[in-house]
Amino acid sequence: MSLFRICCLIAFFCLSAGVRAQDSVNVDILYIEQKIERPPVLSNLVSWPDDEGLQGASLAINDNNTTGKFLGQIYALESLIFATDHDRDDALEQIRQALADHARLVVLNLPASLLLDVSSLDDAQDDLLFNAQAADNELRQADCRPNVLHTVPSRAMHTDALAQFFTYRKWRQIFLIEGNRASDKALAASMRNSVQKFGLQIVEDKTWIEDADMRRTASTEVPVFTQSSKYDVVFVADEDRDFSQYILYNTWLPRPVAGSAGLTPVTWSPVIEQWGAAQLQSRFRKLSNRDMSSRDYANWSALRSIGEAVTRTGVADTELIKRYILSADFELAGFKGASLSYRDWNGQLRQPIQLVHANAVVASAPIEGYLHQLTELDTLGSDRPETQCESFSLQ
Amino acid sequence: MKSSMFIRKTIALSLSLAVYGLCASSVWAHWLYVSNEKDDTISIIDASTNEVINTIEVGERPRGVTLSHDFTRLFICASDSDTVQVMSIADNKILFELPSGEDPEQFALHPDNRHLYIANEDDAIATVVDIETREVVAQIDVGVEPEGMAVSHNGKYAIVTSETSNMAHWIDTETQEIVANTLVDQRPRDAEFTLDDSELWVSSEIGGTVSIIDTETKLIKHVINFEIPGISVDRIQPVGMELTSDGELAFIALGPSNHVAVVDRASLRVKEYILVGRRVWHMALTPEEDKLYTTNGVSGDVTMVDVATLRAEKTIKVGRYPWGVAVLPKEHVPQQ
Repeated sequence: MSLFRICCLIAFFCLSAGVRAQDSVNVDILYIEQKIERPPVLSNLVSWPDDEGLQGASLAINDNNTTGKFLGQIYALESLIFATDHDRDDALEQIRQALADHARLVVLNLPASLLLDVSSLDDAQDDLLFNAQAADNELRQADCRPNVLHTVPSRAMHTDALAQFFTYRKWRQIFLIEGNRASDKALAASMRNSVQKFGLQIVEDKTWIEDADMRRTASTEVPVFTQSSKYDVVFVADEDRDFSQYILYNTWLPRPVAGSAGLTPVTWSPVIEQWGAAQLQSRFRKLSNRDMSSRDYANWSALRSIGEAVTRTGVADTELIKRYILSADFELAGFKGASLSYRDWNGQLRQPIQLVHANAVVASAPIEGYLHQLTELDTLGSDRPETQCESFSLQ
Repeated sequence: MKSSMFIRKTIALSLSLAVYGLCASSVWAHWLYVSNEKDDTISIIDASTNEVINTIEVGERPRGVTLSHDFTRLFICASDSDTVQVMSIADNKILFELPSGEDPEQFALHPDNRHLYIANEDDAIATVVDIETREVVAQIDVGVEPEGMAVSHNGKYAIVTSETSNMAHWIDTETQEIVANTLVDQRPRDAEFTLDDSELWVSSEIGGTVSIIDTETKLIKHVINFEIPGISVDRIQPVGMELTSDGELAFIALGPSNHVAVVDRASLRVKEYILVGRRVWHMALTPEEDKLYTTNGVSGDVTMVDVATLRAEKTIKVGRYPWGVAVLPKEHVPQQ
């Protein structure tokens, strides 16, 4: 379904909500996306839906409007989508103009550097920006911003989830393979931090050599590459899914593979069925004709957070919404088994992280046994006492 | 001779009475009907022996089960078959199906024994079906993911709870329209009226609370919180509720915490937490309200709790993922 048709559908749905204009609270949300340029990868099977992110946002707008019908609240989504090669300065200027006239509610699907530039704009200081894409740990630490909340989990939350599971299973010695792209380096660095945090051990730390056609030669190349005398699990950092899928079953020692292939920590996956998730999955499939992805879910949870805040406060004021979201009263049912809420030291949405493979959920982190004074969800990612974020606050 | 004949006849009579008594022991016991969500079956339990005496195949993904007010029929929400099945108590045969709308999960039967209010989970709709004509009489737009259904004992209101919109909708059963909405805590699953209909109790699974709503004002007048030592707050997820007719106690099933809370209704404080099976969701009281049966989805069993002592006494293995339970009083149990 084309983007234009989606926007029309959203507008139509909002108009037909049947609430008298003068009684209603109007909530206008801006969706900003820069299309991700995906590098060429070995397998033709790796593909990414073109409307990823926007469909998650659309489902949430529909959910908010169904509830809003009973409360006199109408939600509308406006979108600003840039091509991968759109001039950066021009994109920033268009965004600045969109944010200029009043304090807005915005969900961002942007890489970290552009997100930081947007959040630094003068016109963005009174806005509430939701990061639904960038998993960079630094955005929750030294690069945190007072006007940015994060619904997508950080890489740290994902690698901590894996480290907890490894500890629980006693897979203490890890063979780490790092891909060659910047995102792979970031993921591997995050895993090294998690290994240290949970007291595990990296026994081999190698960078992948890109010379072979893995589709033909995986069974000869990979065993040699992973030859070592002792390890319990192989962790692979390969966010673009270029080579990691060929590591499985080809390791020198017969060992589970985790990370970007095999046992994968996710924000969302079609295999999550518990906790009422089957209902969210089926509503999403009816809307979009495909499965709901992690980025769809991160957008969904951002817009549902806004919906929940407006439902409980009755107003669409950006500042009041932000205060409510960061208050102790805020709760969001996110179909992951626990109530979701935001960390008030860095704006990160705390949430369970499922570890999955292609056909089932393997485990749900925080793994049972990890204790915390306030909530076990804070054993994943950076906790309050260790935060390097200084500029996030309610001012 | 006469006396020995007499003795022999007496013995014969006593023996046959005894044998009759043994064979007919189930005539004197209540029966429980338990839906097994993942097995597509209903388990029938004899409450005197607490054993499964029969397993009936039904439609796909059976969840809500409810008996007609005259106890001759069992209504079954076969969610994945998109239908409500009507089963005869006398012979366990499916008599017919009712048009239920898609994905019916739970329902409530009006005191008129004729109108069934059904929650269509996937479509944000509640469907009202006339059982006699087998027709849909109304479809009402509700919030996202409706599940909990209740009808007041006086028949005036039907309640639908929307899990994702976090509301209890009040439907006027004469006009079949929503007349009020009460916002509750996250993910409301079940709704129950007190016997005098003065209060509506609503459980919030993710919010971890039970809200008591005044029927007159439609406003929340009290919220019950739960705390079980040694158990993470996230696992305390209230779902099903059973209120005793004497107004004294309320039982709240607390999901993956594996406990049932016992609330003293005078003080509205929890007086006891009873450990039952895993992931307890729904419950039913016997007609005398001396026993409480709970469905434990993950452990695949039913726990019998004695109400006087508030202790779990027996575990009965049923099918996979037991969901709903309905109690057939012994007077209505079919003759063997």
